[in-house]
Amino acid sequence: MKWKVKVIVRLKEGLNDPEGRVIGNALKNLGFSVENLRVPKYFEFELESERPEEEVEEMCRKLLANPLIHEWEYSIEPVS
Amino acid sequence: MVKFAVVVFPGTNCDFETERAIRKAGAEAERVWYKTSLKDFDGVVLPGGFSYADYLRAGAIAARQEIIEEVKEFARDGKPVLGICNGFQVLTEAGLLPGALRPNKVPRFICRWVHLRVADTETPFTQFYEPGEVIRMPIAHAEGNYYADDPSKVRIAFQYSDEEGNITEEANPNGSLLNIAAIANENGNVLGTMPHPERASDRFLGSEDGLKLFRSMVEWARK
Repeated sequence: MKWKVKVIVRLKEGLNDPEGRVIGNALKNLGFSVENLRVPKYFEFELESERPEEEVEEMCRKLLANPLIHEWEYSIEPVS
Repeated sequence: MVKFAVVVFPGTNCDFETERAIRKAGAEAERVWYKTSLKDFDGVVLPGGFSYADYLRAGAIAARQEIIEEVKEFARDGKPVLGICNGFQVLTEAGLLPGALRPNKVPRFICRWVHLRVADTETPFTQFYEPGEVIRMPIAHAEGNYYADDPSKVRIAFQYSDEEGNITEEANPNGSLLNIAAIANENGNVLGTMPHPERASDRFLGSEDGLKLFRSMVEWARK
């Protein structure tokens, strides 16, 4: 069975996100009252699998995220 | 004569300098493509550069290549494993050293000379330094901001300092926890350093302080 997978990986709450800080400050300078801007990484791919949840979880743990500093979330939908 | 492998991944660019520094320190060194086996070597060095263009996270993709299983065996067998800059990032990503290297506090590439205080002279890589000695080496990285959940468990080898050896916030170029610049594993036989010892291995480069690290490593591997 084929699935469409979307994964978001972001730095854990409380860990400094330097890129987010710079972009947030730039928006502030443009007059927007932005706070706590974070820059997560977004991945999307198709996956042929009989156990997509398990495999996506494993992908995040093994490569897409560094479990020490990142948290992740994902959505999995069948490809029609 | 002891022989070190200098592993080359796509995007590695400090391999020649590292090979030269090891030779100058008195051992044989050979640059090996990452698809080659590491048998016949007494130690392994993962040099600096931008393996896989630093895509995803610096060092992440190199850390998942087959050759890393062999590097893990070296580490388990107590043989010397040295990671310089990108090599340090690979070693943390591979779980051979604790913690992670995050993007610099000011998110840009930094390339300059820094002062370091030697924190641990009991490792195979630092045995020729004096305790508390202040040395000079260059850094060149965008992701050198060291982080660990429990820093009390980290064996610190070098810390960013000022010229007098004071560990100050101003002397910390990248936001590293406790000014950490280099760490070792519990046994001491695996070392990761963000500063480049190979770029401080000849007087004409501006410092020979890094050569001592290679001399320490070579001397230790000989025994």
